[in-house]
Amino acid sequence: MSPAAEHPLVQFHAVRFGYAERPILDGLTLALPRGRVTAVLGASGGGKTTLLRLIGGQQRAQSGQVLFDGQEVGALGNEALYAVRRRMGMLFQFGALFTDLNVFDNVAFPLREQTRLSEALIRDIVLMKLDAVGLRGARALMPSEISGGMARRVALARAIALDPELVLYDEPFAGLDPISLGTIARLVRQLNDAMGLTSILVSHDVHETLAIADHVVVLANGRVAAQGSPQQVRQSSDPLVHQFIHAEPEGPVHFHYPAASVADDYGLGARP
Amino acid sequence: MTHKALSQIGLSVRLWLASLGYGARLLLRLFVLLPTVLRRYTLLRDQIHFLGNYSLAIIGVSGLFVGFVLALQGYYILNQFGSTEVLGLLVALSLIRELGPVIGALLFAGRAGTSLTAEIGLMKAGEQLSAMEMMAVDPVARILAPRFWAGVIVLPVLVTVFSAVGILGGWLVGVPLLGVDGAAYWGQMQGGVDVWADVGNSLVKGLVFGVAVTFIALLQGYLATPTPEGVARATTRTVVMASLAVLGLDFVLTALMFGV
Amino acid sequence: MQGSVKDVWVGLFVLLGALAMLFLSLQAANLLQISWQPTYQVTARFDNIGGLRAGATVRSAGVAVGRVQTITFNDQTFQAEVKLVLEQRYAFPRDSSFQILTSGLLGEQYVGIVPGGADENLADGATVTLTQSAIVLEHLIGQFLFNRAAEPGAAPGGAEGGAGAQ
Repeated sequence: MSPAAEHPLVQFHAVRFGYAERPILDGLTLALPRGRVTAVLGASGGGKTTLLRLIGGQQRAQSGQVLFDGQEVGALGNEALYAVRRRMGMLFQFGALFTDLNVFDNVAFPLREQTRLSEALIRDIVLMKLDAVGLRGARALMPSEISGGMARRVALARAIALDPELVLYDEPFAGLDPISLGTIARLVRQLNDAMGLTSILVSHDVHETLAIADHVVVLANGRVAAQGSPQQVRQSSDPLVHQFIHAEPEGPVHFHYPAASVADDYGLGARP
Repeated sequence: MTHKALSQIGLSVRLWLASLGYGARLLLRLFVLLPTVLRRYTLLRDQIHFLGNYSLAIIGVSGLFVGFVLALQGYYILNQFGSTEVLGLLVALSLIRELGPVIGALLFAGRAGTSLTAEIGLMKAGEQLSAMEMMAVDPVARILAPRFWAGVIVLPVLVTVFSAVGILGGWLVGVPLLGVDGAAYWGQMQGGVDVWADVGNSLVKGLVFGVAVTFIALLQGYLATPTPEGVARATTRTVVMASLAVLGLDFVLTALMFGV
Repeated sequence: MQGSVKDVWVGLFVLLGALAMLFLSLQAANLLQISWQPTYQVTARFDNIGGLRAGATVRSAGVAVGRVQTITFNDQTFQAEVKLVLEQRYAFPRDSSFQILTSGLLGEQYVGIVPGGADENLADGATVTLTQSAIVLEHLIGQFLFNRAAEPGAAPGGAEGGAGAQ
């Protein structure tokens, strides 16, 4: 099952990014298909969130190119970058709602800032977006008054408020109860299909993610370790991918942090 | 090894210079954003309310007590020279020229400055600033600039209120309590306080301190490490740096304004 | 809080600031005493201005009639030239004398005008040389000690008195 690779919406060409101590992405090359849900899996600190930040232009690659719809994001000036960002929506981990605004104002924020629509029209759009995530009745509540799962849904409504082409999800399932988790997963899938979006989902949650993804990418050592359909990745023979997908404690990623031998630490060596 | 130490020092100096340049550019940007802020009047108004009205209590009460103490101490000293009739002048000049601007700015740094730093720092920690950037809204224009201009507008007002309340407080202690002649209290004052040189300079000091304190508070919040300890450190830095800046600027301004 | 209520509070805040400003300017400072009357200029020459400063009051019979504008040194006559600004409604005779006096023991110095008896009045831009300089404390002490030394029967202290007057 090959993805729609003719005109990928997002591309990475030999992208390198890292800090002085260690590289996070090391020659990453990737094409993310249009109109599909792509899941990006990998170990913590493996570069998944960095990937999203590079697509959004919040950070610049040190070498290589990050392309959004053919434009190199890292080379854009401020105006052009803001124009590109208006075509994207991002759901941050834990929502990142504006705590001084209520639910309605949070979702209305991008509309009020980026468009000149009348308040009446904005109201209708906001209520529609909130309805899509099932929270139309919660519109007057403050972020401090709603649960984590609800906050995540409000943030989702806010991310799609301007009808973007691309939606980026940074660990959308982190810390959620099973019901909320299932709800969010279903919403990601439904919105992608209903609105013709391209979705890029970064997550640890293998089970839930593979259930809704069309295309899966596994990152390791700053590169693509495996990619393909969920089925293909589940059956991959690569030891790192296998350990990750099947949640095995021992494999290329070791259980024990490097340490001295047991004998040395417990003083068992020197016996008369 | 000295080579390494030298290159470390060189690196530190470079970093310090870079942060200085960054700060200067941000300050310039905030000044340039005034028309934008005025166009979004509601943001400015909300911040003036938050920074100004909520500081009135501490400014008013502090001003009153400083006025009391000035009158008390001033009376004891002037009494030794038999010149208690100039008490009003003493209280007024002390407040208008120095104590109003300086203590007002220090209190503002402690009350409003720390809340600004904490607010911005927590927004950063909660990824709200990142979220705003991704929605193609510039956080400097939307969040920092209205707060900056609100601070610049609010502090001169607070300084004036402090001085006025202090003078009234001084009257309360000096005239009914200590028996200084009421007419002399106001008369000597009016004869010695110049509207342009003293009250005017007080306003100028208020403006300069407003720029310094508000900018430092916003900068520390904006650059804070997005963790609880990071925000706590940032608020401490705000108070320390803003206080030192106020005292240092006060010296410079006083020398310029009142120097011979 | 509704936007309109916040407007009220901010308005009150600004009003409070304006009131405090008004209070300071009128009650604490000299705004009410600044006269907006038209003025004319007179230059007075003094041998010694003592502690007189620009902005000091000019009084006659104890009433403020003007102020000192500038003080400069004339290196032709080696005198201080004090430019005074007097209110136009007060005219003084040409032979009025100008003195530098001190208000109170610790007080500031001001210029006092003792009116003369001439028919003509001082014109705008006139120069006055009938002046009495400020009393300088050292000269006063020196004068006192000199007088004491000059008294008969004070001969033994005369040398000390002379020396003490340095």
